[in-house]
Amino acid sequence: MRISSFLYSVRQGLKNIRRNLLFSLASVGTIVSCLFLFGIFYCIIVNFRSAMNDLKNTVTISVFFNEGISDENINLIGEQIRLRDEVNTMDFISAEEAWDSYARKKYADNYDEAMASFAGDNPLKNSASYKITMKDLSNQAEFVNYLKSLDGVRKVKTSEVTADGIQALSSVVGYASIGIIAILLLVSIFLINNTITIGITVRKEEIAIMKLIGATNFFVRAPFIVEGIVIGLVGSLIPLALVWLLYDHVVSYVVGRFNVISNNFAFVPIKEMFSVLIPISAAIGIGLGLIGSILTTRKHLKV
Amino acid sequence: MIYLEHVKYKYPGGKKYALNDVNIKIEPGEFVFIVGSSGSGKTSLIKLLLKEMEPTSGNIKVAGVDYGKLKRRNIPKLRRRIGVVFQNFRLLKDRTIYENVAFAQRVVETPSRFIRRQVPAMLTLVGLADKYKSYPKQLSGGEQQRVALARALVNKPELLLADEPTGNLDPKNSWEIMRLLEDINRKGTTVVVVTHNREIVNMMQKRVITLKKGEIISDEQKGGYIDED
Ligand SMILES: Nc1ncnc2c1ncn2[C@@H]1O[C@H](COP(=O)(O)OP(=O)(O)O)[C@@H](O)[C@H]1O
Ligand SMILES: [Mg+2]
Repeated sequence: MRISSFLYSVRQGLKNIRRNLLFSLASVGTIVSCLFLFGIFYCIIVNFRSAMNDLKNTVTISVFFNEGISDENINLIGEQIRLRDEVNTMDFISAEEAWDSYARKKYADNYDEAMASFAGDNPLKNSASYKITMKDLSNQAEFVNYLKSLDGVRKVKTSEVTADGIQALSSVVGYASIGIIAILLLVSIFLINNTITIGITVRKEEIAIMKLIGATNFFVRAPFIVEGIVIGLVGSLIPLALVWLLYDHVVSYVVGRFNVISNNFAFVPIKEMFSVLIPISAAIGIGLGLIGSILTTRKHLKV
Repeated sequence: MIYLEHVKYKYPGGKKYALNDVNIKIEPGEFVFIVGSSGSGKTSLIKLLLKEMEPTSGNIKVAGVDYGKLKRRNIPKLRRRIGVVFQNFRLLKDRTIYENVAFAQRVVETPSRFIRRQVPAMLTLVGLADKYKSYPKQLSGGEQQRVALARALVNKPELLLADEPTGNLDPKNSWEIMRLLEDINRKGTTVVVVTHNREIVNMMQKRVITLKKGEIISDEQKGGYIDED
């Protein structure tokens, strides 16, 4: 296609939108709401995921051994555990390290004195352990049972937090958002379809003449495809801007107001978030416009 | 240029053949009138020549192209070699005269620098150079038909088809259009004119093909308008 023809198609496409402004706006509107919701859900889910990740690394499982177990056996148990898929990180805490960190907490004020009074004796000499974090907290219970069943393991301790509730909430939010977005996607395609059908009806005579003069199918369709793409593009840029502003404000508001949250939880930075959200939203918006216009022109513009 | 062999055409759902066993041969450079009363099949013939529809049976060949073998995607290429004008002009109402003619060139993706040169030349040829900024509704019927003619000719077709081009015009304007068609034919374009205009057909002394109820009842060089019985 020549540049001049391309520009002509673009001009005609924009003219279609202007001539048919109400329907074009309706189409843009549904895409905007669709991608706005998508953007919001995306931000929530990404932050949620990142919070879960932080949480996962604080939820640890400690494995303690039978009294008098040899270092060799401890190593064997360690190798067995390390082979499991659930394991994310795994550290060995020797009895000395355990005692040392315990003592540092307990005798914070007079640590050196206290250590001297024990004179090399380790009150926690049976407290060597493996400290394990899991890749996925949802099968924590099973994994704990497995650890308990190992020979030479005396005790398995999990830190208090269990993630069941949060996990369940997360999947409900996920499915609900997918459902709502899917419905909105269908509505957008339907509206774009209508918009372009009207455009084609209005320009019926022009299209008939174009064909008689010898316009290629592509040339006849191009303005309508441009129309679809522009609707999709505008429909994706508006919610991106809105979500950006919203995210920016919400994050700074929350961080400024609620120390509890900002101390325990880091929001995913806005740039990192949008480096993914922008291409996805633009692709969905343009994709919707393209699909809508291609389906419609296919149906109405046979030679 | 045009070659029809045992062409029959029946509209979907129609009872009778709109065209029944039509055989026509038109050489390059000819000027041919097609006459016949309303409903005799003249427009159907034009539509077949434009490949707007397929014959029910028979063969059509135009400008060396066998319509039976023509692939769908090559139809635009064929149509670029054929100019066409209609009784009701079929101009685009929301565009100026200049844009209406330029439209035909944009559609076939002519570079802009050619469009800028050829459109004014074409409007001069049909005597409307000074009206290029007007809109169709600001022109008389005769002027509108001349714009349509300019649009049909700007891509330099080998064949010009005109379906009752003077049907909506007074005698003076009708003659002007006919003179233009004759001019164009003299410059080498094959011209086929469907008409009802007895006076013009009788005066111009061209080849006349007469249709009646879908059949050719006469085909004469330097013929005249045949009255219905
Ligand atoms: N779209 C159509 N559907 C069905 N029948 C048609 C259609 N167009 C024309 N006809 C019929 O075909 C015959 C020829 O019509 P047409 O070619 O338009 O005649 P003309 O142009 O000579 O007046 C007529 O009997 C007409 O009623
Ligand atoms: Mg007719």
